[in-house]
Amino acid sequence: MVVEETRKIDVYDVGGPELRFSYGPQHPGTGHFRMIVTLRGDTIVDVEPDPGFVHRGEEKMAEYKGWITNIPHLERPVILDSTGITLPYCLAVEKLMGVEPPERAKYLRTIIAELDRIGSHLYWFGLYGVFLGHTTMFLWCFSDREYLVDLAQLISGARITHAYIVPGGVRNDAPKKVPRGLVREFKHYYKAMMGREPDEGELSEDFGKYVKAVCDFMEARLQQYWDMFFDSEIFIERTRGIGVLRKEDAVRLGAVGTTLRASGIKADTRIDDPYDAYPYLKFEIPVRTEGDCYARAMVGFEEIRQSLNIIRQAVEQMPEGPVKNKQHPIVLKVPPGEAVARAEAARGEMLYYIVSDGGPRPYRVKISPPSFRLLPVLKHLARGIRVADLPPVYWSLNYWPVEADR
Amino acid sequence: MTWEKLKEVLDNVSKRFGDSVSAVMEEGKIAKLVVEAGKLVEVAEHLRDLGFDHVKAVTGIDLVKLRKGGGNLIEVSYQLGSYTVEELRDSILNLSVKVDRDNPQSPSLYKVWPSVEYHEREVYEMLGVKFQGHPDLRRLLLPEYWMDIPPLRKDYKVPGRD
Repeated sequence: MVVEETRKIDVYDVGGPELRFSYGPQHPGTGHFRMIVTLRGDTIVDVEPDPGFVHRGEEKMAEYKGWITNIPHLERPVILDSTGITLPYCLAVEKLMGVEPPERAKYLRTIIAELDRIGSHLYWFGLYGVFLGHTTMFLWCFSDREYLVDLAQLISGARITHAYIVPGGVRNDAPKKVPRGLVREFKHYYKAMMGREPDEGELSEDFGKYVKAVCDFMEARLQQYWDMFFDSEIFIERTRGIGVLRKEDAVRLGAVGTTLRASGIKADTRIDDPYDAYPYLKFEIPVRTEGDCYARAMVGFEEIRQSLNIIRQAVEQMPEGPVKNKQHPIVLKVPPGEAVARAEAARGEMLYYIVSDGGPRPYRVKISPPSFRLLPVLKHLARGIRVADLPPVYWSLNYWPVEADR
Repeated sequence: MTWEKLKEVLDNVSKRFGDSVSAVMEEGKIAKLVVEAGKLVEVAEHLRDLGFDHVKAVTGIDLVKLRKGGGNLIEVSYQLGSYTVEELRDSILNLSVKVDRDNPQSPSLYKVWPSVEYHEREVYEMLGVKFQGHPDLRRLLLPEYWMDIPPLRKDYKVPGRD
């Protein structure tokens, strides 16, 4: 059977005072995405999100690949937050197999997941800034992010798309020592940004100390971000009171992540349904009640601080031991059954539904990414705003087209 | 996940709707309610009143090649969650309906949970399930020139793969 042809959408004058046009599908900074906007004067009457320009058929592809070989391609939709998208997959496969990763692996997973969260949020704020006309924010975020992806590379071997987490643990252990060149480079950057050398003894080639130094540096930079961007006229004027999502609407439309928490709902998978090392660590879930673009950015901003806390604690508390269960490196035996698992990715809750029939490949892998769940929110928020407010609304959601399209 | 709370919900629904629902519970993996298509909306409304206020995902599964428990069926499974009820925050309930693969039709749950809008459109596109009562059942992700069968059906072969 063939599904009927979709309605053709043209850009046209819809008659009367209204005009319909296509907002996109050029690259708006995150991936190709289009909104079909109906305007009356300066006011948006209706927005119809049109995803699919970067659809890759990940779910179908997952049925052709083995349980382990699925990991590198599943992380392609969100290369910045590759742990966010592969972690729930591994959790689901572990549920089917009935195994738990070793303790040390749990901590390493948590560290890399939080590094990805910070990296992803910095990317978000960088682009948020540049699209609101604040280029310095873009440059600052991207240059600071370098040292976090370097840290991720140190642990996993790759700056992004780590393919680090596997069912039953992580691929390799973190190093004990940091290369001297990297420490020197960081010292240089520290001096350029903070105007002074890092304190003696704070920064060394010891892994734990280096991670702590990078986290402390990042935390100091947050204050500078605040002074320069979040507390600036440019940002506040364009975001405060714009695109208000009420609490009831956030629930009704099934919002996720920062969008949900900025509307006054304290829901985070790391607390609600804890996994890996999160139950052993202390951290806060930032919540705001205003529900506007400003609040959504603030929640993300505070989340960076909390993630830094998590990383510092995890590095300190991480026990010694194996990082992976004894298993075949490529071929996994996964008993037949179904499992649902979720994890808090950078953009919100990522859910997997996996069906196994006992074969070498999954029978069905369903990914429900957070961005996809923000589509009805985008549609709801864009109605009735002015056309100039569409970029702040779009960027405040932290919508990632590639993740939504899979 | 606290499985006791989910078990309570499953018992509650089984008691109320009797033979038209069957509960599947594998602790640590999944909690599922399989419902007859005719009773789907009624059960959904009841679950909404129990506190499941949003849908996290709608999964369509082509069961034709599943070795155990398969058949000429498509399973549509709603992953339900709750933001407002504190005790249900950690639970995911699967509400599932099995429809005929040759003429897959199922009532839309848009009126119960508006959050299914895009999820149902995706299942319609990827597996060809027609959701009756959906306000805007159109294609979503695939290119406009796509003329093949719905790609997540098991008889769709990816060119060059096998």
